[in-house]
Amino acid sequence: MIFLDNLMNGLSLGSIYAIIALGYTMVYGIAKMLNFAHGDIIMVGAYIAFCGLQYWGLPPIVAILAAMVVCTILGITIEGLAYRPLRQAASLAVLITAIGMSYLLQNIALMIWGANPKSFPRTFINSSILHIGGLNIASATIYTILANVVIMIALTLFTAKTKMGKAMRCVSEDRGAAELMGINVNRTISVTFAIGSALAAIAGVLLCSSYPILQPTTGSMPGIKAFTAAVFGGIGSIPGAMLGGVLLGVIEIFGKAYISTELGDAIVFAVLIVVLLVKPSGLLGKPVREKV
Amino acid sequence: MKMTKAKRNKLIYNIVTFALVIGAFLILQSMIANKTITRSLKGQLVPICCWIVMAVSLNLVIGISGELSLGHAGFMSVGAYTGAVVSGLLINVYDIQDATLRLVVAIVAGGLLSGIVGALIGIPVLRLRGDYLAIVTLAFGEIIRNLVNVLYIGTGDGRLYASFLNKKLPEGVTMLVDGAKGAVKIKPISTFTAGFILVLITLVVVLNLVNSRAGRAIKACRDNRIAAESMGVNVTKYKMMAFVTAAVLAGMAGALYGLNSSTVVPTQFTFNQSINVLVFVVLGGLGNVLGSVISATLLTILPEMLRAFADYRMLVYAVVLILVMIFTNNPTILSFMKRLIAPFKRKDVTGGDAQ
Repeated sequence: MIFLDNLMNGLSLGSIYAIIALGYTMVYGIAKMLNFAHGDIIMVGAYIAFCGLQYWGLPPIVAILAAMVVCTILGITIEGLAYRPLRQAASLAVLITAIGMSYLLQNIALMIWGANPKSFPRTFINSSILHIGGLNIASATIYTILANVVIMIALTLFTAKTKMGKAMRCVSEDRGAAELMGINVNRTISVTFAIGSALAAIAGVLLCSSYPILQPTTGSMPGIKAFTAAVFGGIGSIPGAMLGGVLLGVIEIFGKAYISTELGDAIVFAVLIVVLLVKPSGLLGKPVREKV
Repeated sequence: MKMTKAKRNKLIYNIVTFALVIGAFLILQSMIANKTITRSLKGQLVPICCWIVMAVSLNLVIGISGELSLGHAGFMSVGAYTGAVVSGLLINVYDIQDATLRLVVAIVAGGLLSGIVGALIGIPVLRLRGDYLAIVTLAFGEIIRNLVNVLYIGTGDGRLYASFLNKKLPEGVTMLVDGAKGAVKIKPISTFTAGFILVLITLVVVLNLVNSRAGRAIKACRDNRIAAESMGVNVTKYKMMAFVTAAVLAGMAGALYGLNSSTVVPTQFTFNQSINVLVFVVLGGLGNVLGSVISATLLTILPEMLRAFADYRMLVYAVVLILVMIFTNNPTILSFMKRLIAPFKRKDVTGGDAQ
């Protein structure tokens, strides 16, 4: 039974990682940059939802929508102001900018909401615990897993069927050729950031529903782990992000339960290193050839 | 023998760097002798030396070798812990009272162990590229922090006890490293002179490496890995050389830093600390050693002097990172700046760039 409880916890945590990893993997696949600030957009989303629920008395759904809208605008703004001027620059410069952006968001949150951890209010997401055949399943777990599945299917359909999705795949394949074909690369990348950031808002609410402590650094560690998940599953691949996220969540919970609580993070990162050494393109990723 | 212009410029640059550092040391020493130095500045002298070494060594990895390492604080923590343990071991077990000897042995040991860890990390990590490498060094930094969090080392009955995960040391042992409490009861033995010598060693090592054959190979790998490879440069070897050198220097700085206070806790060496050093390097200029020295010094002194500014320090750092990167990399801004300074530039027949 403890095994199954751990498994459910792992699946729930893994689903949160998967949703965050989807944002990473889309941005990485299309803009070819590691958006280090993604984890902090999660934190902003969680804070907005927190304010909506706690201070403005919004119904949970509206609060989540508000968080998504704010994060979407934030994502597009960050991309336009900080990343777009560096489109042609070396990846080192872009990465340092993204790290700066991550710190900027954390410190602005620190100024607005203070360093004291806030406790995330109860909503319909984490209101009850279901008892199924001796198993105790938090409702947040169910909602998280459900949200994960729905988001993954929607995103897969979006990239496969819509015109914008096709444009995204083109830009991801060859930016120069896409531009020559009349695809607006900047707008495509903006839309990618918008989608990734909206997902980050959902991930933020789900994360804080399961682990209701909210502070300016809430997003950074899950963000880094979700990037690990995205690499694990194969960066750029949507099913890969889901698979990587879920596996990583399960590994983390089992590692904490059966090996050592203190070494949970170390185990997750060790997984990343092993994956990168054995199969750098990840579980479902395609190997990329380097051109001169 | 006639020097080429580039060679002469390098020589001038090196002389200026050493002259500035030695001059600053002499001025500070005379201030200490005259007792005109403020108390807060005096307390900052050793940390400034540590941060200079950290910044210069990280610059070797980021600026010269072109790989973004986000785990530099991890090496510092390896050095700090090793230094604390070695110093404690020397005084508790071998009863060596000479502080200078203990400090030197501790710093060398810190550098060695950090170098070994750097080599172990470097072998897998340096096969990766760009963003992956950055995230894996970050991961290693976090793993190191996680591991020292559950490390217990103590001395008693003339021997060293160590345990991992659980505190299973016998009764009556003097703790040197106590898990999440960090390295405890350190006897502070770091001196400004030792810090200054370490800075000099760092500068000699890094500047010589940069201007040597190996340094040119490292820069070639940075500028174009494939081209360098096809010219017969062993990319992994040279990247490893830069990475391990930086790890050794960071370990030495860590040992000096650790032995400057009475406790060292794992939370001192988080990812934030790596970012701090990254800010020194970026603000000083990627690849510019003198710039790293100056920015590390200023950014260590300034927050102490401007207390009101302390709350906004990380905010300002973040903005600095973004703005420096945009201003030094955006093609539009670059060409604008070029046009701005063009009228003041001397016409140079050989050095002018053909449009």
